[in-house]
Amino acid sequence: MVRPVSVLNVLSALIVLFALCMLLPLGVSFLYDDAAGGAYSQAVLITLVSGAGLWGATRFGRAELQPRDGLLLVALVWTVLPAFATLPLLLYLPELSFTDAYFETVAALTTTGATVLSGLDRLPPSINFWRCELQWLAGMGIIVLAVAILPLLGIGGSQIMRAETPGPMRDPRLAPRIAETAKGLWLVYAGLTLACILVFKAVGMGWFDAVVHSFTTLSLGGFSAHDASFAYFKSPAIEASAIVFMILGGINFGTHFLAFRKLSFAPYRSDPETRAYLVLLAASVFGIAYFLLATHVYPSYWTALRHSAFNVVSIATTTGFFGADFSQWPIFAPVWMLFLCCFATCSGSAGGGIKMIRAELMVRQALREIMSIIHPRAYLPVKVAGQRVENHIIFAVLAFMLIWGGSVIAMTMLLTASGLDVVSAFSAVIVCLCNTGPGLNQVGPGATYASLNDFQTWVCTVAMLVGRLELFTLFIVITPAFWRK
Amino acid sequence: MKIVILGAGQVGSSVAESLASEANDITVVDIDGARLRNLQDRVNVRTVSGSAAHPSVLAEANIEDCDLMIAVTQSDETNLVACKLAQQLFNVPTRIVRLRATDYLANEKVLGPDGFDVDLAICPEQVLTDYIVKLIEFPEALQVLEFAHGKVSLVAVRAFQGGPLVGHPLKDLKKDIPNVDARIAAIFRGDAPVLPDGDTVVQAGDEVFCLAASKDIRQVMHELRRMDKPVRRVMIAGGGNIGLRLARALERDYSIKVIEYDKRRCEILSTRLDRALVLQGDVTDEKLLEAENVSDMDLFVAVTNDDENNIMSCLLAKRMGARRVVSLINRRSYVDLLHAGEIDIAISPAQATIGTLLAHVRRGHITQVHSLRRGLAEALEAVVHGDRESSRCVGRRIEEIDLPKGAAIAAIVRGDEVVMAHHDTLVQAEDHVIVFVTDKKQLPKVEKLFEVSVGFV
Repeated sequence: MVRPVSVLNVLSALIVLFALCMLLPLGVSFLYDDAAGGAYSQAVLITLVSGAGLWGATRFGRAELQPRDGLLLVALVWTVLPAFATLPLLLYLPELSFTDAYFETVAALTTTGATVLSGLDRLPPSINFWRCELQWLAGMGIIVLAVAILPLLGIGGSQIMRAETPGPMRDPRLAPRIAETAKGLWLVYAGLTLACILVFKAVGMGWFDAVVHSFTTLSLGGFSAHDASFAYFKSPAIEASAIVFMILGGINFGTHFLAFRKLSFAPYRSDPETRAYLVLLAASVFGIAYFLLATHVYPSYWTALRHSAFNVVSIATTTGFFGADFSQWPIFAPVWMLFLCCFATCSGSAGGGIKMIRAELMVRQALREIMSIIHPRAYLPVKVAGQRVENHIIFAVLAFMLIWGGSVIAMTMLLTASGLDVVSAFSAVIVCLCNTGPGLNQVGPGATYASLNDFQTWVCTVAMLVGRLELFTLFIVITPAFWRK
Repeated sequence: MKIVILGAGQVGSSVAESLASEANDITVVDIDGARLRNLQDRVNVRTVSGSAAHPSVLAEANIEDCDLMIAVTQSDETNLVACKLAQQLFNVPTRIVRLRATDYLANEKVLGPDGFDVDLAICPEQVLTDYIVKLIEFPEALQVLEFAHGKVSLVAVRAFQGGPLVGHPLKDLKKDIPNVDARIAAIFRGDAPVLPDGDTVVQAGDEVFCLAASKDIRQVMHELRRMDKPVRRVMIAGGGNIGLRLARALERDYSIKVIEYDKRRCEILSTRLDRALVLQGDVTDEKLLEAENVSDMDLFVAVTNDDENNIMSCLLAKRMGARRVVSLINRRSYVDLLHAGEIDIAISPAQATIGTLLAHVRRGHITQVHSLRRGLAEALEAVVHGDRESSRCVGRRIEEIDLPKGAAIAAIVRGDEVVMAHHDTLVQAEDHVIVFVTDKKQLPKVEKLFEVSVGFV
């Protein structure tokens, strides 16, 4: 049985916490003395008051959350917090509609990086900082963060953390206690971000750019403080360092955690996904570079390789930066990149999409079916890293793929029915479900999502949320069985 | 010698049986009284029933008086605890422990003096697995044994019409392969041993034991029969401890199919094995064998723990076209019934594993004992110490050594060098001497030869 009051009580605490997160851009606003200071003061106040009010109203229902409550909490956190996050934007940009603002903050929190805003370079630094901070906060998971820093919140159960951790075999327990695990993950994440900031600064960015771009690089978010994204810097060194950190962000943070703790590369080697992930990325980068040279897009292999490396890694890791307008490339290249963003990243990473492990499981399951026809009496377990994968996980992955494919078709239909051309519609659905960002044509790297009408914007917003929570969490909450007493 | 054996399972009882026949005082401890009564009916041993890991039970077995303890109960943990107790409470000088889990062998501290203090850890399943793996490496051989850390090999081969040496006297071997120093250690014709000399003529059907440096062994076998195609496809019937180990050892280099009846065991097998194909079914189910192309198998190995199943599945596989079939058979009467019949090689688990134990039971400086022809003969490796005064071997030519009839020195390993024994070869101190004994009654005399007289320190 779900207890909405208890859930709302925990949610209210998270809202208060979220208000505190707004103090950072407020500080930035003071530092740069920009025009958005007033908007932040009001936003902090409204959020604090709403959070506190909700807490007061639901105080009587405080209780330890059960797994089912956890699902509701995760669904609410991911839909309510973006609404509060829109406050500074709406207050500072009165002409922005709630639909667009909500799209923007959902794109931020789901680390999608699709934007409806243009003229980013002219926005106050605090607004850009807020967008990028949101991506960083959500990159490792909001609940994971809450578990890590607020152990007394009453959300101790690992099931709740699992509901937002990407991947089919969700046992994120690396330390004996769930809070320790969450802390470990966040330490690794924060440590890598710090390293990224220093590297970006060292290769030529200013401090502000280095910080906000590190936020969106490690979270595989893709927001930038510039309309031209990374093309703004015109620096191969910056692109190269971004590539390294994007690749790191696409690896399971549990694996990073183990590697840091043991100070060895062994965990990467024994991880079933990392190898396939790296091989696929490398093959695609070199392959597409060759393809671009062969189709005379770029005059030299080195230029082709530079643009291929940055853009392919950016899209495949579901980050969504761009260093060149890849939608102008011959169609095979961008389509291959869209394909990559569906499968490339590892489970437990900051990336979105179906995840490498599911793709591996699907391939092995298909091979198993073929083998079992040849040898009807054979025992053919699907194995990953020498461990047997239980059948129920395979079935869950199959169901996931089915719903995922169904969602792509349904949403593409909705977008085309509302008047979008099919390439834009299909690519928009894919990149939103995979939390990538730029698609093709109308939503390509040169354009923004502002050209979509309200209906289309909402479809994309839903796609991003559904994709981030890996379908089930949201779909479960809207089934009647979930609410039955 | 006073020996306490813990555990009266398959290994325990066959060890007891085999040692009891050599005039040792044996006490067997087991938790299962019925099993002990059964053993006592057959073999002249004393039995104590109770848990082998309890000090009181060990005391009841008079373990403090014994010279050797052999712990071969079902459980590794019981064996280890018993071993530690035997050392600490009862001062047993030599402790042999059967260990199945390889985890215990990973760190030497576990079995060292600060750990469980094990003198020798044996794993019968591993010994059997090595035995069968060797047969696959040398598909022509009936048995392959290694001495002196693998420098010297002894192979048993059945001579076939077509081998260059078949139908010729043994001295022709030197003419055929002049650069190889090999020695025919023994020949069995039917069941009777033939003591070979240069004029002995090898006949088709003889079981010939040849000794040579390991690198030359293929050439020597080639003298006795045409060589088979190398083995590529192996079917293993039975996925127990041996089946699993065998499949793991072979799956990298050969195409392996394992048949196992128990479904849960199948799941374990398929998890532990990477490439081998695990099939669920009865090993004597001819439909299954046919569907899985038993006729294309180069080797069919039956290693279930049921003799009848092993034999039947082997006969079936052979009839259906498997090139060679190998069966584990525990009962000696079955072995004699079948060997050299339709089943190409019958392996007796007890005999194959008992060698390592025997080396510790034997007196003198015997480092290795291999049981041949299912226990009818033995090959020993002994180190000779002392000098011409204190030893009966050192400083003497081989013809001067007073070997009983039915025993022969086949080779000597000196440092890294392998010397084939001739009548005038001089034995030096610290040589490893490989002795072939075809008449087991002569064993005590052979052992005495390698003892050093009391004055030697």
